[in-house]
This record gives sequence, C-alpha cells and structure tokens, in this order.
Amino acid sequence: MPNSKIGGHYSQAYDAELQQAVDRLMQMAALTQQQLSDALAAFASGDVVLAQQVKDFDRKVNSFEVDIDEHCLDILARRQPAASDLRLVLSVLKSVNDIERVGDLAKRIAKALLKGAEYGRPSQAQLDALSVMAQKVQQMLQRALEAFKQIDAQAALHVLREDKAIDDDYAQIIAHSLSSMKHDAQQIGVSLQVSNVAKALERVGDHSRNICQHAIFLAHGRNVAHLSDAEVTEVVEKKP
Amino acid sequence: MTNTVPVKISAKDVKVFYGENEALHGISMDVYQNEVISFIGPSGCGKSTFLRCMNRMNDTIEHCRVTGSITLDGRDIHEPALDVVQLRAQVGMVFQKPNPFPKSIYENIAYGPRLHGLAERKADLDDIVESSLRRAGLWNEVKDRLDQPGTGLSGGQQQRLCIARSIAVSPEVILMDEPCSALDPIATSIIEELIDELKQNFTIVIVTHNMQQAARVSDRTAFFHLGNLIEIGNTNDVFTNPQQKRTEDYITGRYG
Repeated sequence: MPNSKIGGHYSQAYDAELQQAVDRLMQMAALTQQQLSDALAAFASGDVVLAQQVKDFDRKVNSFEVDIDEHCLDILARRQPAASDLRLVLSVLKSVNDIERVGDLAKRIAKALLKGAEYGRPSQAQLDALSVMAQKVQQMLQRALEAFKQIDAQAALHVLREDKAIDDDYAQIIAHSLSSMKHDAQQIGVSLQVSNVAKALERVGDHSRNICQHAIFLAHGRNVAHLSDAEVTEVVEKKP
Repeated sequence: MTNTVPVKISAKDVKVFYGENEALHGISMDVYQNEVISFIGPSGCGKSTFLRCMNRMNDTIEHCRVTGSITLDGRDIHEPALDVVQLRAQVGMVFQKPNPFPKSIYENIAYGPRLHGLAERKADLDDIVESSLRRAGLWNEVKDRLDQPGTGLSGGQQQRLCIARSIAVSPEVILMDEPCSALDPIATSIIEELIDELKQNFTIVIVTHNMQQAARVSDRTAFFHLGNLIEIGNTNDVFTNPQQKRTEDYITGRYG
C-alpha cells in the first residue's frame, strides 16, 4: 500500500507515538516468546521450578497488555489517526490480544507439568514429537511478529500458510495419544498431558496466523480474517 | 454509490485560468443526486475554485476563464441562453464567513423568493420564510424576533440563516465553502446534523479543511492537490485505505 511506513508525519511526536506502540508490542511479544520457550523447556525436562516461574511471569505480560491498550487509546483520542495510521493502531490493539493469549498458553503448558506430576513422565517419543512441533510453532510466531514489524504482507502470507503443517503435527500427536490410551489405561494421564501441550501449541499457531492477518490488514487495508489461504493469497498478490 | 443514482452535476475536463496561470488542470467528476460529497486538499489545491465553477461564481472574478464542460441535470451551465441568476438559485452557496444581508431576519429569507417571483402573496412569503427557517433548524430560536437584524445573531445562527436563505429559493444543489470554519464545535455539530437532514432534499457539495468533518458528513470524498483531482471515492475507503500515496500523506499529516 502507498504508505506502509510509520514515520514521515509533520509531527515527529506523532511518529514517535506510533513507533512506540509497535516497539512496546514487540517487547511484550519477546517476553511472551521467552515465557513460551521456558514453559516448553520446563515441560521437556520436568523442571518444576522453571514451570512455576513461567506461571508467575504471566502478570508481567498482562501489565504490558494494559499499558499498550492505554497507549493506543491515547493515540486514538488525541490524534484521530486516519488511513495507515488508523490501521496501525487497530492492528496493534488486535495483536496485543493474540500475544497475551500466547502468554496464557505458555502458562497452560507450565501447568500441564505442575499438575501432571503424579502421572509420571511422557515417553521420549512423545517428547520428541512435541519438540518438533514446538520448534515449528516458535518459528512461526517469530516470523509472524517479524512480518508485522516490517509491515510485510508477502512475508505474512508465507507464514500464515505454515499453520497447516502445525495442524497436521497436532493431529498426529492426538492420534498417537489416543492409541496409547487405548492400549494402556495407565497412559491416560500422561497422554492427556501431552495432548494438552500439543493443543496449546496448536493454538499458538492460530494466534500467529491471526498476527499475520493483522499485518496484511495493516499493509493492504483489507480484513482477511475468515478467508481461506487461497483468498488471502489473492488479496495480497493482487495489490502492487 | 451505485450507478442507478442519477448524476446531478457532471464536470468534464474543467480547467480554470487566472490570467495566464492555469489553476485547475482538467477536472472530471460526477456529483450524484442527494449525496453529500466533500472536497479536501491543502490550501491552493483548487477545491474552492472548482466548487465555484459549479454555479459560475468564477464569472465574477476578472481575468478568470473556465474551459471544459459542466452540466446540471444534463444541461450545459455555460450555454449562452442560460440565466446565471436562475442557475445560482438552483445551485445555492454558503460561504466560509456567515454573510447575512444587513436586513431583518425575515428579509434575509424573503429577498430571494421575492426576486425570483416565488411568492405572489404575503402569506406565501410568510410560509417560505417559516419553512426555510425550520429546515435550517433556526425557526424556534428566531420566530419571535423576525424583524430584528440578521447580523445580531450568533455566528452559528447567522450561518444557519444563510443556509435558510439559500434553501428559500428552492435550490437543488447547495455548495458550502468551509461553512463551519468560523464556528465553535457546538454550532459545527448543529450544521453537520443539518447537512445530514438536508441531503434528503438536496445535493450537497462541501469544501472543508477539517478532515474529521469530511469523514463525518460526506458519502464521498474527493482529494485535490495542486489543481488536480487525485482521488475520489467512498468516504470510508478514503479515510481507512486511500488508493493514492498523496491522499494518504495528506490525511495522515505526512509530507509527500
């Protein structure tokens, strides 16, 4: 779109305020990414202390969310942003939600470990499968945030399409968990735990996908929520 | 705006020259019936000049020359047989600064209809005065002092008096050249509310420097820059996702 940059206003203070909205969003995202990676590490190694830290960390992420919401509200009230500026503020507000949810999901992974201790540890095969999925999800989140920060719709489109592979991993883990539950009732507890973690990861993929949609809205001014990958592709590639 | 809506004013390749200087470089656009369309753009972009073409107000400026064609309901407004006074009744105008006549409130409204022979009897004229003031949302505030000077009203009331004055001669189009720039926010809201009601009966073209006002009141927005029409579209689209970089730069307050 014509102006997919943040700066260039007559008012430099306005440039700074908009840039700050994105910067704070990225800071919050970095915290959440750390939280997610800690939660996954804690789950993989059975580190209860680290899992507890992840849980407690959530408050910090939440206060970031409130702070960014207020900052955006200020911009709306005082600047009455239009066009790309308006889209920027709206997409920051929406992305804040998704990032906050990723924080919640990290907490859920930590809780899976804390509450599931009595069921014993997952098998190495289960941990390996989760680790493969986790890597993809974390990469996807990282690249979604990068696309948003760069206001790069093409990149966002590529990332958005990756969600399919994550859904496939999820289906596989669930299928595997179900079959091990069927074979051995002793496995139900631990397999549920593994399923919960996989579910959380699958949801992180969905939120990354949402962030990509926000990036595309920001770049092209078209709301692509609820569109199929093919339709989104058309929106992104039609535009110069 | 769909194609089924009739075109009220159609401009084709309109150029305006002030002496040697070409101020408008060939503007083409249609204004649809019963729409509110706003013209925005930086000072000197030609938006007011183009507005004044629509009822030939530029005729009054020496050394000013207009080329191209403008039609009202399909009729060329420059054709020699056309009565300019009649045209300006059909296409009324409200200016930036309220400019009531130095006469009574009643006479401000009655002057036009009397000039155009719209009322035969005093009772008819009374009706026109009342209905015009009512439609301009001013009746209740002035009905007990119609004989007092129009210039004694507040700025916002004076502007509504001027709107009533233009309504009184049964226009089809009302041109407004920054009608609220001299008014406070409350008077501005009242005029904006009025514009919304007036569009039931009239086509309204409004020039404004207040972009929030354009966003609030108009169905479509046209952006002018250096004598060119850069972009015209539904107001929602122009203010959320303009197609031209120059439009984007202007409405977001960036240097192009």
